[in-house]
Amino acid sequence: MPEVSITGEGVGKSYGTTTALKSLDFTVNKGEVFGFIGPDGAGKTTLFRILTTLLLPGSGKVRVEGYDVVKDYRILRRILGYMPGRFSLYHDLSVEENLRFFAGIFGVDVRENYHLVKDIYGQIEPFAKRKAGKLSGGMKQKLALSCALIHEPVVLVLDEPTTGVDAVSRREFWEMLMRLKTGGITIVVSTPYMDEAMRCDRVALMQQGNIMTTGTPQSITAAFPHKIYRIKGSAALNILSLTRKMKHIRSAELFGDAVHISTENTDQAPTAAEISQYLSAQGLGRHIISEAVAGIEDCFIDLMKQPDRHV
Amino acid sequence: MKRFIIKEFLHIFRDVRSMLILFGMPLVQVLLFGFAITNEIRDARVAVVDAVPDVVTKDLRNKLFASGYFTGGDILAGQHEIDERFRQGDVKMVVVFEPEFAQKLERGENPVVQLIADASDPNAAKLLVNYATGIINGYNRSLGTYPPQAVIAEPRMMYNPSLKGVYMFVPGIITILLMLVSAMMTSISIAREKEAGTMEVLLVSPLKPISIILGKVTPYVVLSFINAVSILLMSYYVFGVPVKGSLLLLLAESILFILLALSLGIFISTVANNQQTAMMLSMFALMLPTILLSGFIFPIENMPAVLQWISLLMPPRWFIFIIKSIMLKGAGLTYFWKETLILTAMTGVFILASIRKFKIRLD
Repeated sequence: MPEVSITGEGVGKSYGTTTALKSLDFTVNKGEVFGFIGPDGAGKTTLFRILTTLLLPGSGKVRVEGYDVVKDYRILRRILGYMPGRFSLYHDLSVEENLRFFAGIFGVDVRENYHLVKDIYGQIEPFAKRKAGKLSGGMKQKLALSCALIHEPVVLVLDEPTTGVDAVSRREFWEMLMRLKTGGITIVVSTPYMDEAMRCDRVALMQQGNIMTTGTPQSITAAFPHKIYRIKGSAALNILSLTRKMKHIRSAELFGDAVHISTENTDQAPTAAEISQYLSAQGLGRHIISEAVAGIEDCFIDLMKQPDRHV
Repeated sequence: MKRFIIKEFLHIFRDVRSMLILFGMPLVQVLLFGFAITNEIRDARVAVVDAVPDVVTKDLRNKLFASGYFTGGDILAGQHEIDERFRQGDVKMVVVFEPEFAQKLERGENPVVQLIADASDPNAAKLLVNYATGIINGYNRSLGTYPPQAVIAEPRMMYNPSLKGVYMFVPGIITILLMLVSAMMTSISIAREKEAGTMEVLLVSPLKPISIILGKVTPYVVLSFINAVSILLMSYYVFGVPVKGSLLLLLAESILFILLALSLGIFISTVANNQQTAMMLSMFALMLPTILLSGFIFPIENMPAVLQWISLLMPPRWFIFIIKSIMLKGAGLTYFWKETLILTAMTGVFILASIRKFKIRLD
């Protein structure tokens, strides 16, 4: 049994009449990268604010490293590293002034703890004198991460760290997280990008204040119960509308420039060749169809469509 | 804490608007109130009706127009023109001498000088009439031959013998500026942290509310103090406003008032979640009462009883009293210890309230 870092039992939260979180149960193990994956409005930020002692849970209990987020908030605020959704930096302060300030409020010295952020901060150090407001999204993200790490937190909480950042910086960022992980820090991260889920050790798929499923990305995709076909063609929207009219097709969704369709688990379900034939018969031009392995996004959409998830 | 204070100073020094409010405003306000906005009247246009000029009326006219208060001196053809000239708006007062002025005086009768003022601006009219009466009374006394009146009122304007408006305004400006700089700037700067989301990070840190508040406030204590001193220096050297009492006491009371204003600012920021609200609240809850109800412009004695009661709650009211007492009357602490105590108590209440109200969480 791995050691547990965070546990949530029946965590709920409402604002007035709107329910942000229904009743979440989850565990995050020590030293893992745990991802909360879900679209905007799924309740990720509310959950993270509860984890970081910023909000009181409306119901249920959350313990981080054995400390209760309500009672022991003072202790938790020492050992948490938190990066809010908007990079909370002081835009009128320079890169190094920001880092020095955040080290200062945690009572640590930048020079003593420099080794903790060397890997990340080193990349933006050439711009140490530049104002944080003048940095690119990727650089802001690195600075914010450095500021969250400078006091050697035990648990790192990152709320949508890759939103609004270019693709290259996103990949770099995940590489940084992987390197951080080797230091033994527990990382909780939220993201609306399904492709990032595969980078996590374990994920929870969230939708409308619910956790739909939890597990390793591999176990979630392996559990996908239907066949998936990937169709690439010049007129993706046409493919979409045509396949949706076919019988025994559970879903047809646009994935980038391709269409993913999943079929029902019956003998009458069309095969790849049959789908292709149908599309050609309907006057669609050249297209490639292949059987595909379900990704997290396929699973997510599938789970979303299960009626019991919309309580 | 040290880092926090350094950070706050950097915020202030790098923001042009903050710097303008902090250092441009005192300069502009003092100069504006000192030179431009004044309730003294100089060079008011005055016309004269003098049907039969003689030695005495000429002498009186010379005295009036040499005083510096009045200019013009157009001779009107008769009383019927007065209305017309007032309507044109250039003449503010007409001096009417009755005919055979000198002869009547010699005969021992009392000739009459009538002062007709345009009272559509009542304060100005009153001032003009006062000035003129003063000059005419002076002339009476210089005549000597004039039978002495039974009762003579001998006015003497203590503490501000030449009735300079700037004596009145400097304490008011110091008060307004300290209020503005201290309360508005702190409340805005705390609200800005909330708006930018940096408050979230500050909260998820070991910083205690008191440290955040102190970190925010310290730079403004220093800067407001510098401000107060520079206003005092400016009013002393440019307008010659004296500080008759203890300078040390004046500065100490200023610091007390700065602390009060700052604690008010923090209190406002615990209610306001963004800069706009903070600004509006400071404006309406602090600035307007400071200007209107503190006795700075409108005398408290003339207010309806309700407003007088409300003005008791206005910190500036007490501070203006204290600062005037020190600067103009040279009074000591024994004279206004009560007011000082009231300010101290108010400061305590607001500091306690803001620490208690300071949210350690987001909701």
